Amino acid sequence: MSKQNQIPEVDIVVDEKAGVIREVKDERKLRSKSGHERRVNTAIYVILVLMSVIWLAPFVFLVFQSFRSYALESGGMVNYLLPKTWSLDNYRWLLSGESNFIRWYGNTLFIAIFCAAIQTVMVLSVSYALSRLRFKGRKLIMNTVLVLGLFPGFLTMITLYFLLKQLGLTQSGAIPGLILIYCASSGMGYYISKGYFDTIPKSLDESARIDGATRFQVFKKIIMPLAKPIVIYTVLMAFMAPWGDYVFASYVAFGSEPNYNVAVGLYRWVNVNDYQGYFTRFCAGGVLVAVPITILFMCLQKYYVEGVTGGAVKG
Amino acid sequence: MTDLEFLKLSGPAKTAWKIGDFFRRLPGKIAGGCKKLGLGVVSLFKNFGLNIADLVQTFIHGDWKTKLSYLVMGFGSAARGQWGRGLLFFLFQTVFNLYMVNFGVAYLAKLNTLGTIETYKEGRRTVYGDNSFFILLYGVLTLFFVLAFIYTWRMNIKQNKISEQILKSGHKLKSTKDDLKSLADEQFHKTLLALPTLGVFVFTILPILFMILVAFTNFDATHQPPSKLFTWVGWDNFRQLLSSDTASYGNTFKQVLFWTLVWAFFATFLNYFLGMLVAIMINKKGIKLKKLWRTILVMTIAIPQFVSLLYVSKMFAADGLINSYLLKWGWISQPIPFWTNAHWARVTIIVINLWIGIPYLMLIATGILMNIPADLYESARIDGANAFQMYRKITLPYMLFVTGPYLLSSFTGNINNFNVIYLLSGGRPLSLELSGNAGYTDLLITWLYKMTVTDTNYKLAAVMGILVFVVSAVINLVVYNMIPSVKNEEDFQ
Repeated sequence: MSKQNQIPEVDIVVDEKAGVIREVKDERKLRSKSGHERRVNTAIYVILVLMSVIWLAPFVFLVFQSFRSYALESGGMVNYLLPKTWSLDNYRWLLSGESNFIRWYGNTLFIAIFCAAIQTVMVLSVSYALSRLRFKGRKLIMNTVLVLGLFPGFLTMITLYFLLKQLGLTQSGAIPGLILIYCASSGMGYYISKGYFDTIPKSLDESARIDGATRFQVFKKIIMPLAKPIVIYTVLMAFMAPWGDYVFASYVAFGSEPNYNVAVGLYRWVNVNDYQGYFTRFCAGGVLVAVPITILFMCLQKYYVEGVTGGAVKG
Repeated sequence: MTDLEFLKLSGPAKTAWKIGDFFRRLPGKIAGGCKKLGLGVVSLFKNFGLNIADLVQTFIHGDWKTKLSYLVMGFGSAARGQWGRGLLFFLFQTVFNLYMVNFGVAYLAKLNTLGTIETYKEGRRTVYGDNSFFILLYGVLTLFFVLAFIYTWRMNIKQNKISEQILKSGHKLKSTKDDLKSLADEQFHKTLLALPTLGVFVFTILPILFMILVAFTNFDATHQPPSKLFTWVGWDNFRQLLSSDTASYGNTFKQVLFWTLVWAFFATFLNYFLGMLVAIMINKKGIKLKKLWRTILVMTIAIPQFVSLLYVSKMFAADGLINSYLLKWGWISQPIPFWTNAHWARVTIIVINLWIGIPYLMLIATGILMNIPADLYESARIDGANAFQMYRKITLPYMLFVTGPYLLSSFTGNINNFNVIYLLSGGRPLSLELSGNAGYTDLLITWLYKMTVTDTNYKLAAVMGILVFVVSAVINLVVYNMIPSVKNEEDFQ
């Protein structure tokens, strides 16, 4: 690049004097800057690669250890990473029905599907009402939710437990009980979707109203089709949350093993039971939980990013 | 201080002035708040008086249908042809009366003692006495029911008055069909909000009120219904948690609160700045594979925390992978006490939380960074600003302005960040110096959880919940008054 670049520079120097000399200097500065730039970029690449390694390492390790042979090696924690004998022992054990793992998985899936359906309806109704409709008590509702949000969630755990117990929805009824708890107050999480509705121009509603549409028709025929991204975001969030809930699930299902969700079951393997015997099984279970969810999440990543960024900007 | 003087100040001085200003204005604000509260109370009484007057007036001037509605709710509406409304009013009244006669009155009567009849054994049979838990819970519920009834009754009277006026002016009343139709139109918000409001009321508001009341009782392991009664004890529990006698929890509370705030500070701001840095690096011109870097980071969000955090926690255990390899390579001779030494555990948690938090912040920052007008940078470059100056004068102020409310909510969120602490360290290491089973990495919220689940010390858990609320509320109030982007909701739309 140097030769080709230098020729016009020389030409310019010959043609015009004072101003052009500075231009040559600038060119040189620019070139040195691009050297600097390259160094900065290299440094950034190094950092990014390092970060990627750190961020992915636990998952790669998790997968490695899930393939360690239970029968020939050890099911506990060992001081090396790569299994000496690769095998599917742990997966086979999980899926053989010897443990309650399949049951737990089914429970969680069941809860997640129901929550995704019910919560989405709740959240969208609340956020639509608060964003588009003006009525008495609207501000009061928003302020109440704000204040309620400042109370720690577990404060009410005992009360909820006894409420559910009254309804017969603990222990053996834990699954419907959990669905009820997750969904009942889900309307409070309206911020992000309300923020989204706020960005849809109001003129759309108004013109439809002038044409004689009722508010319900506006909601169904005009806003909903436009709100597809936020609907997907809400469904995704509602579906993913039950997979990670340990606290309420363990409290509500306390002592009734067939009614655990995966989080409770696996947590108890490593933290309550003898974890040296269950560690690789925990890893395998973790992989079985994480892989489908990660794939789902990655497919819908676009909507997630949209929701999260939107939510942060609008508070 | 004028704006110009303020602008001349250096960065730290500006912040200092702002904080000072907040406290200088505080007395005024408190006075203003008190005045508002006073006016509110006055207007409340005024309103009450007006309502009573209106009730009397309506009764005197109303026709016989209206007069009968004072006793039988919905009679007026039904008699004037609004069957739907009338039936609903009447149903509500019937349910309310039945409830009050069968349960409500009994619960209300016992609310002041929370029950007096002990459970006892008669031979082998247990004879159950009062259940304080249900007396308190249903007592509160009944109070709400009574308030709701008064409100509905008042509405029923108002309906009559309005209907009379409409009929007098020669117009027609809305039929039941019209009412139903309006639920999809003018009253659509009622349709949308009915179920969510009911859910929030029963499963959030009622339990929170109940727990606030529990904070004033002696409900704990030794007073557990149904076999034992509990009763009101006033402010005793607050005293026990806050005073620093040897028998109370005051010292532990102070330590846990201190760590909670330190944790929330680091978890919020370290994540924020590092996440922003990562976003800037990925977004930099000339960096390739932007999508790949982002995807790798985002993957950690997808994996349920109980898998990733539990695994990472085991990685850092004394016999975990990290210690094993460091030992094998001979870099250390003793396992590093990641989870058994208080300082190590705290630092480890904050560092691991970076691993959780940076991807979120990276995503958020990326969205905002792209919105910063490029010509700002262009003109800065022409003026000869270097990368760091541009960051400090353009990127950072813009980011802070836009994400101010987010920072605040994430700070409160971190005060209540249960998962990270519980799954990583479970609050350990424990210590004899801390009472109530608390450990050095326990946040108020995880301590609350332990009190509920392990100690069944519900009364102190309730007090702690209230204190967490107070801490969050104070921080929110203070910061909200200092944040520049005081949001006007309609403006944004």
